[in-house]
Amino acid sequence: MITKRIIACLDVHDGRVVKGVQFVDIIDAGDPATQAARHARDGADEIVLLDITATHEGRQTLLDTVRRTARELFVPFCVGGGIRTADDAAQVFDAGADKVSVNSAALANPMLIDAIGRSFGAQAVVVAIDARRDPQAADPVRDAQVFVQGGRKFASRRVVEWAREAEQRGAGEILLTSMDSDGMRTGFDCELTAAVSEAVRIPVIASGGAGTVDHFADVFGRGKADAALAASIFHFGVSSARSLKEELAKAGVSVRLPC
Amino acid sequence: MRVTVIDYKAGNLTSVLKALRHVGAETIVTDGDLSLVEAAERIVLPGVGHFAATERLDVTGLTSAIRAAIARGVPFLGICVGMQWLYAGSSEAPHQPGLGHFAESCARFSESAEKVPHVGWNSLEVSKGSRLLSGVEPGEYVYFTHSYKAPVTADTAATAYYIEPFAAAVERDNVMGVQFHPEKSSATGLKILGNFLNWTAEGSK
Repeated sequence: MITKRIIACLDVHDGRVVKGVQFVDIIDAGDPATQAARHARDGADEIVLLDITATHEGRQTLLDTVRRTARELFVPFCVGGGIRTADDAAQVFDAGADKVSVNSAALANPMLIDAIGRSFGAQAVVVAIDARRDPQAADPVRDAQVFVQGGRKFASRRVVEWAREAEQRGAGEILLTSMDSDGMRTGFDCELTAAVSEAVRIPVIASGGAGTVDHFADVFGRGKADAALAASIFHFGVSSARSLKEELAKAGVSVRLPC
Repeated sequence: MRVTVIDYKAGNLTSVLKALRHVGAETIVTDGDLSLVEAAERIVLPGVGHFAATERLDVTGLTSAIRAAIARGVPFLGICVGMQWLYAGSSEAPHQPGLGHFAESCARFSESAEKVPHVGWNSLEVSKGSRLLSGVEPGEYVYFTHSYKAPVTADTAATAYYIEPFAAAVERDNVMGVQFHPEKSSATGLKILGNFLNWTAEGSK
Protein backbone atom coordinates (compact mmCIF):
# COMPACT_ATOMS: atom_id res chain seq x y z
CA MET A 1 0.00 0.00 0.00
CA ILE A 2 1.30 3.45 -0.89
CA THR A 3 2.21 5.48 2.18
CA LYS A 4 2.05 9.15 3.09
CA ARG A 5 5.50 10.70 3.14
CA ILE A 6 7.04 12.71 5.96
CA ILE A 7 9.68 14.96 4.45
CA ALA A 8 12.35 16.61 6.56
CA CYS A 9 13.20 20.12 5.42
CA LEU A 10 16.47 21.93 6.07
CA ASP A 11 16.84 25.64 5.36
CA VAL A 12 20.47 26.31 4.55
CA HIS A 13 22.41 29.58 4.36
CA ASP A 14 26.08 29.69 3.36
CA GLY A 15 26.39 25.96 3.89
CA ARG A 16 24.85 25.86 7.38
CA VAL A 17 21.37 24.89 8.54
CA VAL A 18 19.62 28.01 9.80
CA LYS A 19 16.15 26.65 10.34
CA GLY A 20 14.38 23.38 9.87
CA VAL A 21 13.69 20.17 11.67
CA GLN A 22 15.69 20.59 14.83
CA PHE A 23 16.12 17.78 17.29
CA VAL A 24 17.40 18.51 20.75
CA ASP A 25 20.00 15.77 20.72
CA ILE A 26 21.74 16.73 17.53
CA ILE A 27 25.36 17.50 18.17
CA ASP A 28 26.09 19.75 15.23
CA ALA A 29 22.77 21.43 14.55
CA GLY A 30 24.35 23.46 11.79
CA ASP A 31 25.78 20.88 9.39
CA PRO A 32 23.35 19.93 6.59
CA ALA A 33 25.05 16.61 5.78
CA THR A 34 24.98 15.52 9.44
CA GLN A 35 21.37 16.56 9.86
CA ALA A 36 20.17 14.98 6.62
CA ALA A 37 21.83 11.68 7.52
CA ARG A 38 20.28 11.80 10.98
CA HIS A 39 16.79 12.45 9.61
CA ALA A 40 17.12 9.59 7.12
CA ARG A 41 18.25 7.26 9.94
CA ASP A 42 15.39 8.51 12.10
CA GLY A 43 12.73 7.62 9.57
CA ALA A 44 12.29 10.62 7.28
CA ASP A 45 10.99 9.43 3.91
CA GLU A 46 12.72 12.16 1.98
CA ILE A 47 15.00 15.16 2.54
CA VAL A 48 14.48 18.66 1.16
CA LEU A 49 17.31 21.17 1.35
CA LEU A 50 16.31 24.75 0.63
CA ASP A 51 19.18 27.14 0.05
CA ILE A 52 18.38 30.70 1.02
CA THR A 53 21.77 32.07 0.01
CA ALA A 54 21.38 34.60 -2.80
CA THR A 55 25.02 35.34 -3.64
CA HIS A 56 27.07 33.94 -6.51
CA GLU A 57 29.75 32.59 -4.15
CA GLY A 58 26.95 30.93 -2.25
CA ARG A 59 26.12 28.80 -5.31
CA GLN A 60 29.47 27.01 -5.14
CA THR A 61 29.03 26.50 -1.40
CA LEU A 62 25.59 25.03 -2.13
CA LEU A 63 27.01 22.54 -4.64
CA ASP A 64 29.63 21.45 -2.12
CA THR A 65 26.90 21.10 0.50
CA VAL A 66 24.71 19.04 -1.86
CA ARG A 67 27.66 16.81 -2.75
CA ARG A 68 28.54 16.20 0.90
CA THR A 69 24.91 15.68 1.90
CA ALA A 70 24.12 13.30 -0.97
CA ARG A 71 27.19 11.12 -0.40
CA GLU A 72 25.65 8.83 2.21
CA LEU A 73 21.97 9.57 1.63
CA PHE A 74 19.88 6.73 0.20
CA VAL A 75 16.43 8.29 0.32
CA PRO A 76 15.07 10.81 -2.21
CA PHE A 77 16.88 14.15 -1.94
CA CYS A 78 15.40 17.40 -3.26
CA VAL A 79 17.29 20.68 -3.48
CA GLY A 80 15.77 24.11 -3.99
CA GLY A 81 16.76 27.75 -3.89
CA GLY A 82 18.29 29.90 -6.57
CA ILE A 83 17.79 27.46 -9.46
CA ARG A 84 17.14 29.82 -12.37
CA THR A 85 18.19 27.85 -15.43
CA ALA A 86 18.31 24.24 -16.63
CA ASP A 87 22.11 24.51 -16.29
CA ASP A 88 21.74 25.44 -12.60
CA ALA A 89 19.55 22.37 -12.20
CA ALA A 90 22.05 20.16 -14.06
CA GLN A 91 24.80 21.19 -11.62
CA VAL A 92 22.63 20.36 -8.63
CA PHE A 93 21.74 16.94 -10.12
CA ASP A 94 25.41 16.24 -10.84
CA ALA A 95 26.15 17.03 -7.21
CA GLY A 96 23.73 14.29 -6.18
CA ALA A 97 20.20 15.72 -5.91
CA ASP A 98 17.35 13.55 -7.20
CA LYS A 99 14.90 16.42 -7.57
CA VAL A 100 15.09 20.18 -7.77
CA SER A 101 12.50 22.57 -6.44
CA VAL A 102 11.81 25.73 -8.43
CA ASN A 103 9.65 28.63 -7.33
CA SER A 104 10.24 32.28 -8.34
CA ALA A 105 12.28 31.36 -11.42
CA ALA A 106 9.48 29.12 -12.71
CA LEU A 107 6.95 31.92 -12.31
CA ALA A 108 9.25 34.36 -14.13
CA ASN A 109 9.94 31.79 -16.85
CA PRO A 110 7.50 28.85 -16.84
CA MET A 111 9.47 27.21 -19.69
CA LEU A 112 12.06 26.36 -17.05
CA ILE A 113 9.75 23.55 -15.89
CA ASP A 114 9.58 22.09 -19.41
CA ALA A 115 13.34 22.40 -19.85
CA ILE A 116 14.29 20.59 -16.64
CA GLY A 117 11.59 17.95 -17.14
CA ARG A 118 12.78 17.22 -20.68
CA SER A 119 16.36 16.62 -19.58
CA PHE A 120 15.87 14.91 -16.24
CA GLY A 121 12.29 13.61 -16.24
CA ALA A 122 9.15 14.98 -14.62
CA GLN A 123 9.88 13.09 -11.38
CA ALA A 124 12.89 15.38 -10.91
CA VAL A 125 10.93 18.66 -11.01
CA VAL A 126 9.13 19.94 -7.93
CA VAL A 127 7.31 23.25 -8.33
CA ALA A 128 7.13 25.10 -5.02
CA ILE A 129 4.19 27.45 -4.60
CA ASP A 130 3.79 29.99 -1.79
CA ALA A 131 0.12 30.94 -1.58
CA ARG A 132 -2.09 33.16 0.53
CA ARG A 133 -5.90 33.08 0.53
CA ASP A 134 -7.51 36.05 -1.21
CA PRO A 135 -10.59 37.22 0.73
CA GLN A 136 -11.49 39.54 -2.18
CA ALA A 137 -11.68 36.73 -4.71
CA ALA A 138 -14.88 34.92 -5.67
CA ASP A 139 -13.21 31.72 -4.43
CA PRO A 140 -10.68 32.76 -1.75
CA VAL A 141 -9.13 29.28 -1.67
CA ARG A 142 -8.87 28.19 -5.32
CA ASP A 143 -7.95 31.74 -6.26
CA ALA A 144 -5.40 32.13 -3.47
CA GLN A 145 -2.64 34.51 -4.52
CA VAL A 146 0.76 33.13 -5.47
CA PHE A 147 3.74 35.03 -4.06
CA VAL A 148 7.40 35.13 -5.03
CA GLN A 149 10.63 36.40 -3.51
CA GLY A 150 10.07 34.71 -0.21
CA GLY A 151 6.47 35.87 0.00
CA ARG A 152 7.17 39.56 -0.58
CA LYS A 153 5.70 40.00 -4.07
CA PHE A 154 2.36 38.97 -5.60
CA ALA A 155 3.13 37.03 -8.77
CA SER A 156 -0.23 37.90 -10.37
CA ARG A 157 -1.07 34.19 -10.49
CA ARG A 158 -3.77 32.17 -8.70
CA VAL A 159 -2.88 28.95 -6.97
CA VAL A 160 -5.06 26.41 -8.80
CA GLU A 161 -4.45 27.73 -12.31
CA TRP A 162 -0.68 27.97 -11.67
CA ALA A 163 -0.51 24.45 -10.21
CA ARG A 164 -2.33 23.15 -13.29
CA GLU A 165 0.01 24.95 -15.64
CA ALA A 166 3.01 23.60 -13.75
CA GLU A 167 1.62 20.06 -14.11
CA GLN A 168 0.96 20.54 -17.84
CA ARG A 169 4.51 21.77 -18.33
CA GLY A 170 5.89 18.64 -16.76
CA ALA A 171 6.21 19.21 -13.03
CA GLY A 172 6.36 15.94 -11.10
CA GLU A 173 5.16 17.27 -7.74
CA ILE A 174 3.82 20.44 -6.13
CA LEU A 175 5.25 21.72 -2.84
CA LEU A 176 2.50 23.95 -1.51
CA THR A 177 3.18 26.34 1.35
CA SER A 178 0.29 28.18 2.97
CA MET A 179 1.58 31.62 3.90
CA ASP A 180 -1.46 32.15 6.14
CA SER A 181 -0.60 29.09 8.22
CA ASP A 182 3.20 29.16 8.07
CA GLY A 183 4.68 29.52 11.53
CA MET A 184 1.27 29.67 13.22
CA ARG A 185 1.21 26.05 14.48
CA THR A 186 -2.58 26.07 14.12
CA GLY A 187 -2.59 23.35 11.47
CA PHE A 188 -2.06 23.08 7.73
CA ASP A 189 -4.47 24.92 5.45
CA CYS A 190 -6.42 21.77 4.54
CA GLU A 191 -8.90 23.56 2.26
CA LEU A 192 -6.10 25.11 0.23
CA THR A 193 -4.18 21.82 0.06
CA ALA A 194 -7.28 19.86 -0.97
CA ALA A 195 -8.18 22.43 -3.64
CA VAL A 196 -4.76 22.05 -5.26
CA SER A 197 -4.55 18.28 -4.74
CA GLU A 198 -7.93 17.77 -6.41
CA ALA A 199 -7.02 20.06 -9.31
CA VAL A 200 -3.91 18.12 -10.37
CA ARG A 201 -2.94 14.47 -10.89
CA ILE A 202 0.57 14.84 -9.46
CA PRO A 203 1.45 14.53 -5.76
CA VAL A 204 1.04 17.56 -3.51
CA ILE A 205 3.35 18.12 -0.55
CA ALA A 206 1.73 20.24 2.17
CA SER A 207 3.77 22.76 4.09
CA GLY A 208 3.14 25.39 6.73
CA GLY A 209 1.25 25.40 9.98
CA ALA A 210 1.90 22.06 11.65
CA GLY A 211 1.74 22.23 15.44
CA THR A 212 0.59 18.78 16.49
CA VAL A 213 0.60 15.21 15.22
CA ASP A 214 -3.14 15.57 14.57
CA HIS A 215 -2.43 18.34 12.10
CA PHE A 216 -0.53 15.86 9.95
CA ALA A 217 -3.35 13.31 10.14
CA ASP A 218 -5.73 16.10 9.17
CA VAL A 219 -3.80 17.23 6.08
CA PHE A 220 -3.41 13.62 4.89
CA GLY A 221 -7.15 13.10 5.34
CA ARG A 222 -9.18 16.22 4.76
CA GLY A 223 -6.33 18.02 2.99
CA LYS A 224 -5.75 15.12 0.54
CA ALA A 225 -2.00 15.72 0.75
CA ASP A 226 0.34 13.00 -0.52
CA ALA A 227 3.22 14.15 1.65
CA ALA A 228 3.90 16.74 4.32
CA LEU A 229 6.93 18.80 5.13
CA ALA A 230 8.05 18.63 8.74
CA ALA A 231 9.85 21.68 10.05
CA SER A 232 10.72 22.19 13.71
CA ILE A 233 9.24 18.80 14.50
CA PHE A 234 10.25 18.87 18.17
CA HIS A 235 7.56 21.46 18.80
CA PHE A 236 4.94 18.70 18.38
CA GLY A 237 6.30 16.65 21.26
CA VAL A 238 7.88 13.98 19.08
CA SER A 239 11.59 13.42 18.80
CA SER A 240 11.90 12.13 15.24
CA ALA A 241 10.11 11.45 11.99
CA ARG A 242 9.86 7.84 13.16
CA SER A 243 7.90 8.73 16.30
CA LEU A 244 5.73 11.13 14.29
CA LYS A 245 4.94 8.24 11.93
CA GLU A 246 4.26 5.88 14.84
CA GLU A 247 1.70 8.35 16.14
CA LEU A 248 0.20 8.75 12.67
CA ALA A 249 -0.07 4.97 12.27
CA LYS A 250 -2.12 4.85 15.50
CA ALA A 251 -4.39 7.47 13.94
CA GLY A 252 -4.91 5.21 10.93
CA VAL A 253 -2.58 6.95 8.46
CA SER A 254 -0.62 4.62 6.19
CA VAL A 255 3.08 5.39 6.70
CA ARG A 256 6.40 3.62 6.08
CA LEU A 257 6.99 1.64 9.26
CA PRO A 258 9.25 0.12 10.41
CA CYS A 259 11.75 2.51 8.93
CA MET B 1 33.06 -6.50 -8.48
CA ARG B 2 32.92 -4.41 -11.65
CA VAL B 3 29.57 -3.10 -12.89
CA THR B 4 29.08 -1.51 -16.30
CA VAL B 5 26.38 1.17 -16.05
CA ILE B 6 24.69 2.16 -19.28
CA ASP B 7 24.17 5.88 -19.85
CA TYR B 8 21.53 6.59 -22.49
CA LYS B 9 20.96 10.19 -21.43
CA ALA B 10 17.73 9.46 -19.60
CA GLY B 11 18.11 11.28 -16.33
CA ASN B 12 20.92 11.46 -13.86
CA LEU B 13 23.19 8.55 -12.92
CA THR B 14 24.75 10.04 -9.80
CA SER B 15 22.50 8.32 -7.26
CA VAL B 16 22.74 4.89 -8.92
CA LEU B 17 26.54 5.05 -9.14
CA LYS B 18 26.80 6.21 -5.54
CA ALA B 19 24.62 3.37 -4.25
CA LEU B 20 26.43 0.72 -6.30
CA ARG B 21 29.79 1.93 -4.96
CA HIS B 22 28.36 1.96 -1.44
CA VAL B 23 27.65 -1.77 -1.67
CA GLY B 24 31.14 -2.46 -2.99
CA ALA B 25 30.95 -2.17 -6.77
CA GLU B 26 33.54 -0.62 -9.02
CA THR B 27 31.50 1.28 -11.62
CA ILE B 28 32.24 1.93 -15.28
CA VAL B 29 29.90 4.15 -17.30
CA THR B 30 29.41 3.83 -21.03
CA ASP B 31 27.18 5.76 -23.41
CA GLY B 32 28.22 3.82 -26.50
CA ASP B 33 31.59 2.09 -26.10
CA LEU B 34 30.46 -1.41 -26.99
CA SER B 35 33.75 -2.98 -25.87
CA LEU B 36 32.81 -2.06 -22.29
CA VAL B 37 29.59 -4.03 -22.68
CA GLU B 38 31.38 -6.95 -24.34
CA ALA B 39 33.83 -7.12 -21.42
CA ALA B 40 31.19 -6.45 -18.74
CA GLU B 41 31.01 -8.58 -15.61
CA ARG B 42 27.64 -7.14 -14.66
CA ILE B 43 25.38 -4.59 -16.36
CA VAL B 44 23.01 -2.05 -14.83
CA LEU B 45 20.59 -0.10 -17.01
CA PRO B 46 19.06 2.75 -14.99
CA GLY B 47 16.69 5.27 -16.44
CA VAL B 48 13.97 7.68 -15.55
CA GLY B 49 11.68 9.61 -17.81
CA HIS B 50 10.20 8.61 -21.13
CA PHE B 51 10.37 5.15 -22.71
CA ALA B 52 11.21 6.81 -26.04
CA ALA B 53 14.67 7.62 -24.65
CA THR B 54 15.59 3.94 -25.04
CA GLU B 55 15.81 4.55 -28.80
CA ARG B 56 19.34 5.69 -28.11
CA LEU B 57 20.24 2.16 -27.09
CA ASP B 58 19.31 0.94 -30.59
CA VAL B 59 21.07 3.80 -32.38
CA THR B 60 24.34 3.30 -30.50
CA GLY B 61 24.36 -0.46 -30.92
CA LEU B 62 24.05 -0.97 -27.17
CA THR B 63 20.86 -3.01 -27.60
CA SER B 64 22.65 -5.70 -29.61
CA ALA B 65 25.66 -5.65 -27.32
CA ILE B 66 23.45 -6.03 -24.22
CA ARG B 67 21.46 -8.82 -25.87
CA ALA B 68 24.70 -10.69 -26.57
CA ALA B 69 25.97 -10.10 -23.01
CA ILE B 70 22.72 -11.45 -21.56
CA ALA B 71 23.00 -14.52 -23.80
CA ARG B 72 26.53 -15.08 -22.43
CA GLY B 73 25.03 -15.13 -18.94
CA VAL B 74 26.19 -11.72 -17.72
CA PRO B 75 23.95 -10.64 -14.80
CA PHE B 76 21.78 -7.71 -15.86
CA LEU B 77 19.69 -5.32 -13.75
CA GLY B 78 17.27 -2.78 -15.24
CA ILE B 79 15.95 -0.03 -13.01
CA CYS B 80 12.62 1.79 -13.63
CA VAL B 81 12.50 2.48 -17.40
CA GLY B 82 15.50 0.11 -17.54
CA MET B 83 13.21 -2.67 -16.28
CA GLN B 84 10.39 -1.73 -18.66
CA TRP B 85 12.86 -1.92 -21.55
CA LEU B 86 13.27 -5.66 -20.89
CA TYR B 87 9.70 -6.16 -22.12
CA ALA B 88 8.42 -6.05 -25.71
CA GLY B 89 7.56 -2.37 -25.42
CA SER B 90 5.44 0.22 -23.68
CA SER B 91 2.31 2.09 -24.64
CA GLU B 92 4.22 5.23 -23.61
CA ALA B 93 6.14 5.00 -26.91
CA PRO B 94 4.31 2.43 -29.10
CA HIS B 95 6.78 2.66 -31.98
CA GLN B 96 9.86 2.07 -29.83
CA PRO B 97 10.48 -1.64 -29.22
CA GLY B 98 11.98 -2.88 -25.98
CA LEU B 99 14.47 -5.73 -25.73
CA GLY B 100 11.67 -8.30 -25.75
CA HIS B 101 13.37 -10.56 -23.22
CA PHE B 102 9.99 -10.74 -21.51
CA ALA B 103 7.17 -11.13 -24.00
CA GLU B 104 4.63 -8.82 -22.34
CA SER B 105 4.31 -5.05 -22.75
CA CYS B 106 4.16 -2.18 -20.27
CA ALA B 107 1.12 0.06 -20.02
CA ARG B 108 -0.07 3.11 -18.12
CA PHE B 109 -1.90 2.61 -14.84
CA SER B 110 -5.65 2.28 -15.42
CA GLU B 111 -7.79 5.37 -15.01
CA SER B 112 -9.13 5.64 -11.47
CA ALA B 113 -9.62 8.14 -8.72
CA GLU B 114 -5.97 7.64 -7.71
CA LYS B 115 -3.22 9.90 -8.94
CA VAL B 116 -0.81 8.89 -11.67
CA PRO B 117 2.23 8.97 -11.36
CA HIS B 118 2.59 6.53 -8.50
CA VAL B 119 5.09 8.37 -6.29
CA GLY B 120 6.29 7.32 -2.88
CA TRP B 121 7.14 4.38 -0.63
CA ASN B 122 5.15 1.22 -1.26
CA SER B 123 5.47 -2.30 0.12
CA LEU B 124 6.51 -5.45 -1.75
CA GLU B 125 5.07 -8.92 -1.90
CA VAL B 126 8.12 -11.00 -2.80
CA SER B 127 7.61 -14.12 -4.91
CA LYS B 128 9.01 -17.42 -3.65
CA GLY B 129 12.49 -18.18 -4.86
CA SER B 130 13.49 -14.64 -5.87
CA ARG B 131 17.23 -14.36 -5.50
CA LEU B 132 17.37 -10.65 -6.26
CA LEU B 133 15.00 -9.95 -3.37
CA SER B 134 16.42 -12.51 -1.00
CA GLY B 135 16.21 -11.26 2.59
CA VAL B 136 13.50 -8.69 1.84
CA GLU B 137 10.83 -9.26 4.48
CA PRO B 138 7.08 -8.90 3.88
CA GLY B 139 6.07 -5.28 4.20
CA GLU B 140 9.48 -3.75 3.56
CA TYR B 141 9.09 -0.51 1.61
CA VAL B 142 10.79 0.80 -1.49
CA TYR B 143 10.55 4.11 -3.37
CA PHE B 144 8.63 4.32 -6.64
CA THR B 145 8.07 7.08 -9.15
CA HIS B 146 6.44 6.01 -12.44
CA SER B 147 3.27 6.14 -14.56
CA TYR B 148 3.76 2.96 -16.61
CA LYS B 149 4.14 -0.57 -15.27
CA ALA B 150 4.67 -4.17 -16.26
CA PRO B 151 2.04 -6.86 -15.71
CA VAL B 152 2.28 -9.62 -13.11
CA THR B 153 3.44 -12.86 -14.76
CA ALA B 154 5.30 -16.06 -13.87
CA ASP B 155 8.57 -14.06 -14.05
CA THR B 156 7.42 -11.49 -11.49
CA ALA B 157 9.81 -11.45 -8.54
CA ALA B 158 7.76 -9.01 -6.45
CA THR B 159 4.29 -7.56 -6.74
CA ALA B 160 3.23 -4.12 -5.53
CA TYR B 161 -0.30 -2.72 -5.37
CA TYR B 162 -1.32 0.69 -6.63
CA ILE B 163 -4.67 0.94 -8.44
CA GLU B 164 -3.95 -2.64 -9.51
CA PRO B 165 -1.29 -5.27 -8.87
CA PHE B 166 1.82 -4.73 -11.00
CA ALA B 167 5.34 -6.16 -11.30
CA ALA B 168 7.62 -4.32 -8.87
CA ALA B 169 10.45 -6.66 -9.85
CA VAL B 170 11.07 -9.25 -12.56
CA GLU B 171 13.66 -12.02 -12.60
CA ARG B 172 14.50 -14.91 -14.88
CA ASP B 173 17.95 -16.43 -14.52
CA ASN B 174 20.55 -13.68 -15.05
CA VAL B 175 18.05 -11.03 -16.19
CA MET B 176 16.51 -8.88 -13.46
CA GLY B 177 14.59 -5.64 -13.25
CA VAL B 178 13.08 -3.41 -10.58
CA GLN B 179 10.39 -0.81 -11.15
CA PHE B 180 11.33 0.99 -7.93
CA HIS B 181 14.56 2.85 -7.19
CA PRO B 182 16.83 0.69 -5.01
CA GLU B 183 19.33 3.55 -4.92
CA LYS B 184 16.69 5.65 -3.11
CA SER B 185 15.11 2.90 -1.02
CA SER B 186 17.24 3.11 2.09
CA ALA B 187 18.56 -0.13 3.63
CA THR B 188 16.11 -2.32 1.68
CA GLY B 189 17.32 -0.92 -1.64
CA LEU B 190 20.99 -1.35 -0.74
CA LYS B 191 20.30 -4.95 0.28
CA ILE B 192 18.78 -5.60 -3.17
CA LEU B 193 21.75 -4.01 -4.98
CA GLY B 194 24.02 -6.16 -2.80
CA ASN B 195 22.09 -9.26 -3.85
CA PHE B 196 22.61 -8.30 -7.49
CA LEU B 197 26.36 -7.92 -6.94
CA ASN B 198 26.51 -11.34 -5.26
CA TRP B 199 24.39 -13.06 -7.89
CA THR B 200 26.07 -16.04 -9.56
CA ALA B 201 24.69 -18.58 -12.01
CA GLU B 202 25.23 -21.30 -9.38
CA GLY B 203 23.43 -19.43 -6.61
CA SER B 204 24.26 -16.56 -4.34
CA LYS B 205 27.63 -16.66 -2.62
